[in-house]
Amino acid sequence: MLTPQEFVADLFNPALTFLPKALFVALLSSAVCGVIGCYVVLRGMAFIGDAVAHAVFPGLAVAFVVQGNLVLGGAVAGVLTAVAVAVFAQNRRLREDSVIGVFFVAAFALGIVIISRSPGYSGSLQQFLFGSITGIPDEDLIVVGVSTVGLLLVAFLFHKEFVAVTLDRESARALGLPVFALDLALYIMVSIAVVISVQTIGNILVLALLVTPAATARLLTDRLGLMMLLAPLVGGASALIGLYLSWSIDLPTGGTIVLVATGFFLLSWGAAPRHGLLGRLARRRRNPDAVETAPG
Amino acid sequence: MSALTVRGLNVVLGERPVLREVDLTVAAGEFMGLIGPNGAGKTTLLRTVLGLVRPASGTIRVEDEPLGRVRRRVGYVPQRHEFAWDFPINVADAVLSGRVRRVGWLRRPGVADYRAAGAALARVGMTGLADRPVGQLSGGQRQRVLVARALALRPSVLLLDEPFTGLDVPTQELLTDLFTELSRENKAVLMTTHDLTGAMHTCGSLTLVNQTVIATGAPEELRDAELWRRAFGIRRGSPLLAALGVA
Repeated sequence: MLTPQEFVADLFNPALTFLPKALFVALLSSAVCGVIGCYVVLRGMAFIGDAVAHAVFPGLAVAFVVQGNLVLGGAVAGVLTAVAVAVFAQNRRLREDSVIGVFFVAAFALGIVIISRSPGYSGSLQQFLFGSITGIPDEDLIVVGVSTVGLLLVAFLFHKEFVAVTLDRESARALGLPVFALDLALYIMVSIAVVISVQTIGNILVLALLVTPAATARLLTDRLGLMMLLAPLVGGASALIGLYLSWSIDLPTGGTIVLVATGFFLLSWGAAPRHGLLGRLARRRRNPDAVETAPG
Repeated sequence: MSALTVRGLNVVLGERPVLREVDLTVAAGEFMGLIGPNGAGKTTLLRTVLGLVRPASGTIRVEDEPLGRVRRRVGYVPQRHEFAWDFPINVADAVLSGRVRRVGWLRRPGVADYRAAGAALARVGMTGLADRPVGQLSGGQRQRVLVARALALRPSVLLLDEPFTGLDVPTQELLTDLFTELSRENKAVLMTTHDLTGAMHTCGSLTLVNQTVIATGAPEELRDAELWRRAFGIRRGSPLLAALGVA
């Protein structure tokens, strides 16, 4: 196994230029997924995140077949699916989760059919599904960088509106907020965050970047501002440690990053001050007669 | 001048007529209870007044102006389950969120917003809990946070949907006092409730609804058992009538 010093040396090794690129993309995408993921977790839209993650696949496949830009292709497909879900979910006869179930599997199936038309597809299929740290083109660095800044800016600028809608849709609508447009904006942001993460993490595992760091942060704090700071930190640390481990003991990168993030989640589940197991046990010891119930 | 005027309101949801020719007037300073059986259209009436349901016909005016222009003058306190109590936010910020449209796009709350939210919190007696995460509040405290959020806009009309559901009696009394005081401060307060005897004692006026307005007036004017039987579809000699003192 490599020492951290050797890992740093490899990052600056001119023969291994793909490595710092992979680190750059992994760090930015985990950080941005951490921030956007806070809404995914707080709104209970993990399933939508999963749907969008799968839905970007046909876009990636088309872009691959026509040799176009992967990030752009994936973003277009993800956004189209997000719009389809948002529109079809307006029909109250079907619950939103059914609509999502229909569209995301259809999109994924379409992706598989499209990519199977391309010669030698099995290698690239594996790369899409499980991620890869090699072969990130330079132009993607710019796209990822710009997307990250854009997403964080939008999340910051419309923060109070997103909070109001998440707190209470009915009242938000009564106040005159455009609830549908804000939902759509959030779906689109999730799509873009997913697309820029697919490169390194892979299509199957990208949901973990959206959910795990944000869920970890939620356990650690009752303050949204702090949660939105902790989640990208957890995501970024998972990306860094995960990439280091995967590089030094030759493990698949996406899987390793996700497992590190899961480790953080389990740690905070045990040790979080208020919501964690240890905190609860400590309180019980101090106050053995107290019965813990949710306030009614 | 009446604070809220509804005239000839018809609402159809899907194919089903829910409200027929509803006329309703709430004056400034009036504390009105909106009562009727389940499915009578009470919540639909509130939602229509808020502009959440488009009526088939009829007019809604707030302080003699059409609703579209004066949305901010109508404060809404939804049923408690509408609010995401597991959201990581403290009481002060939850109340401040009521002013999101007033603050405006791309802006941060200013001094006036913090002042209004602080005053609303003080009004419901929750200043001491301003920093508490909303998830740690009791049912009555949660209800007061929702009232404060509505008050943060300094509305002239306050609509409350079933504020007493699931609360114990002392908490109900505390909230009733609060609503009475708010009406004394010249707000028009319109509240749906299932607590009929409570409403008989505390509301200045009552409106009996079952798809349309069956009767409206001060509690002592609603002594005719027949009105109650029509509104609630109950039989002659029902113990409810005795409990209400109209049998």
